[in-house]
Amino acid sequence: MNAPMQPGYNFAYLDEQTKRMIRRALLKAVAIPGYQVPFGSREMPLPYGWGTGGIQVTASVIGKNDVLKVIDQGADDTTNAVNIRSFFRKVAGVATTEKTRAATLIQTRHRIPETPLAEGQTLVFQVPIPEPLRWLEPRETETRTMHALSEYGVMHVKLYEDIVRHGRIATTYDYPVIVNGHYLMRPSPIPKFDNPKLHRNPALMLFGAGREKRVYAVPPYTDVRSLDFEDHPFSIERWEAPCALCGASDAYLDEIILDDAGGHMFVCSDTEYCADRQAAGHKGEMAA
Amino acid sequence: MKPTKPLLQVRDLAKRYGNRIGCEQVSFDLYPGEVLCIAGESGSGKSTLLNTLAFQLKPDAGSVHYDIDGLGMTDLASLPDARLRELWRTDWGFVRQNPRDGLRMRVSAGANIGERLMAVGSRHYGSIREVALDWLRRVEIDEKRLDDAPSAFSGGMQQRLQIARNLVTEPRLVFMDEPTAGLDVSVQARFLDLLRRLASELHIAVILVTHDLAVARLLAHRLIVMRHGRIVETGLTDQLLDDPQHPYTQLLVSSVLVA
Amino acid sequence: MYVAVKGGERAIAQSHELLSQARRGDPSVPELSIAQIRSQMRLAVARVMSEGSLYDEELAALAIKQAAGDLIEAIFLLRAYRTTLPRLADSLPLDTARMRIERRISAAFKDLPGGQVLGPTYDYTQRLLDFSLLEEGAPAAPTQMPNAAPISAPRVSDVLSQQGLLEQSRQSAAASPPADLTRDPILFPAERATRLQNLARGDEGFLLAMGYSTQRGYSTTHPFAGEIRFGAVPVEVFIDELGFAIEVGEVELTECQLINDFEGSATQAPHFTRGYGLAFGHAERKAMAMALCDRALRAAELGESTEQPANNEEFVLSHSDNVEASGFVQHLKLPHYVDFQTNLELLRRLRAEWETAHAARVQPAGHDPAGGAASPDTAALHPGYAEEIAE
Repeated sequence: MNAPMQPGYNFAYLDEQTKRMIRRALLKAVAIPGYQVPFGSREMPLPYGWGTGGIQVTASVIGKNDVLKVIDQGADDTTNAVNIRSFFRKVAGVATTEKTRAATLIQTRHRIPETPLAEGQTLVFQVPIPEPLRWLEPRETETRTMHALSEYGVMHVKLYEDIVRHGRIATTYDYPVIVNGHYLMRPSPIPKFDNPKLHRNPALMLFGAGREKRVYAVPPYTDVRSLDFEDHPFSIERWEAPCALCGASDAYLDEIILDDAGGHMFVCSDTEYCADRQAAGHKGEMAA
Repeated sequence: MKPTKPLLQVRDLAKRYGNRIGCEQVSFDLYPGEVLCIAGESGSGKSTLLNTLAFQLKPDAGSVHYDIDGLGMTDLASLPDARLRELWRTDWGFVRQNPRDGLRMRVSAGANIGERLMAVGSRHYGSIREVALDWLRRVEIDEKRLDDAPSAFSGGMQQRLQIARNLVTEPRLVFMDEPTAGLDVSVQARFLDLLRRLASELHIAVILVTHDLAVARLLAHRLIVMRHGRIVETGLTDQLLDDPQHPYTQLLVSSVLVA
Repeated sequence: MYVAVKGGERAIAQSHELLSQARRGDPSVPELSIAQIRSQMRLAVARVMSEGSLYDEELAALAIKQAAGDLIEAIFLLRAYRTTLPRLADSLPLDTARMRIERRISAAFKDLPGGQVLGPTYDYTQRLLDFSLLEEGAPAAPTQMPNAAPISAPRVSDVLSQQGLLEQSRQSAAASPPADLTRDPILFPAERATRLQNLARGDEGFLLAMGYSTQRGYSTTHPFAGEIRFGAVPVEVFIDELGFAIEVGEVELTECQLINDFEGSATQAPHFTRGYGLAFGHAERKAMAMALCDRALRAAELGESTEQPANNEEFVLSHSDNVEASGFVQHLKLPHYVDFQTNLELLRRLRAEWETAHAARVQPAGHDPAGGAASPDTAALHPGYAEEIAE
């Protein structure tokens, strides 16, 4: 059901010229997978760092018939997700949902839903720092050249050094990937657990960095490879126990502290996935 | 015995800073495996010349041609940035006076040596370490230091590590900017010895800038003396040092003898 | 049974209610009016207009009221409003030589055409708290200025340029209007016009610190305050239908021209160069800090050393914006459960490995209580290293 729209604003807040400008940038991004396209990021009524890039991307691609899902840390009910969802209800009047399958457009911060995405769906990531080489080379003029020439040796130096110090690659989120065999890309701070979902995903994945004024994209079915060494292959997190609520053993789990005596439990970070499984009769050891 | 084909050809090279001359009217040929020293006091333009030869600074006039594998003698000014940068990290090396400029001080010695390998596509951690270990041995650094950061190394070890880091891709030409300037005299001798041995074993051409004629005497086949951005005298090292023609060279040589 | 935290929506609504109460404060104290803020906190209004990039005293005052005096929040409010406004026309370039001067000083010349005009300034106040202001209804200052005649004067920089001693400002090619940072992203290297735009919107505190650093030796410029002027400047818009420009109003501006040495080059004789600062309203600190930063960012263009932070274009321009900085610093308040979890998981594993290695290190070889083989030394020294050697 569509919500009533806030009067006095254009559909989805941004004016049509701005949407066109962002859509042009997105088209370029789709055409060059993983390449960071500069765009005229607008000042949004939400603070920088709180999803202004994702919001602008969503606002420029959303239509009246879209069904929007917003998650933060995998959950639909965290305050920032609630806030962004209510923003779009107000300024676009679109229907919203918590169901991954029912959504046509999903804006996310820090997770990719556990429920596999399908063709026709669009996933919009909020990106704090788009440049994967930023901590190795602070100069934008230099990193642009490095991308153009695929000069990514220094990124492997970092991974090498991880193994020297920790015996393994110690990057755990925002784990760098090579898109379509060329561009090095930050997948935004998703856990590396989610990296394999980027590879040949049937959904369109758009990335928006508002403060840094960049958009980039991974089109459907694009190769996305996580950096690694032949003898230290990329691997993802595993938990010893399944989700305490729904028993899932294939999901990313959050740790919940239960008391001040070290008591804790692990539950799905994707709240919708967890609730769905529980409704279907799956039970973890702490479920009622 | 000289090979007929030069590796590097420099013609009328000039670099200016505003109205100040960095270097000008510099011409010479460098042959494969040849060690050439550029000597002069500080401010004589020799470091500017070195950076301009390596195209780290763009010259204001003149040309540098390099014999690129598969391309032959190529005007560096005509080379796209991508190819130039490829030269920098594969077929050329650059050893800096201050190891801070030539090394990544906060990553391990192994990573410093391995960087060029990874840049050209090595993706096997174990074999990168093997090669790095081998190079530590060749530059006489204890293998146990493989995982230590160069910030914990002595000055001599840092310079030797710079050598290893550059030579790991077996370049044909290495630029060196006063590599011994920060070293104690006792350490210098060992370093120069190592350098001479590696350059001859691997048949590497070296262009080395120094203010120290003793360094030139030990290492160089040929010597260029610079003053105020220009070449004042050039020739075979022993000849030039034993029988300097230009008054400035005579002054330099005599000041070394006095000291 | 664990129940996931729900009800974010209600919590947010209640937070808004509390915020509104906190902003209003004690209801027995009369509410601030926009007119009061506008006329009695004019310097705060000026800063919000400058860094908010919108000349509207009333809206700036409203933003200050709504933000409970948090000027960066007020700037953010004004910017978020500004971004929704349609562009009706571009004004002609403002001509600050036509300024109706309220204050004008030069530290480079003792006397000059138009004279030194001290005007309203805190410069020569003795910073003693004026307890009479504690009393409300203190007598208002006389409304009649001692010399009310409007002053206009040529700019010091123009006088110097005419003699060829000061560089001419390079005109942007008429065909390419300056970039608009609020429409297009900044790309490096940036043109001076773009840099100035960034600095004009930049945080006063940040520019002040960067400018200050250049004076303390973290740069090589030696500035003189050629001129600082404050007053109203007419705004003109060219109307196509009329075929001429008409004045649509006035804005108050503070302009600062710093004069710096330049030793000359092969193509240019030695001359003075300038650093330029401009701000809405009365904002001398901002305009001067901006001028210092502008000059420091020209180091590369003038062939000077560019080693210091203030010379680093990407560093200065990428960190000057307080709305961007404030948002990103404060986004750390947003949940980071997922990334934190990944780090927590890694840390636990590394600690477990460290404990094992540590135990092996303390335990003499051959006395492993678990009965296993003692780790080789290399493993003890470096967890995760043994397997590599073994291969």
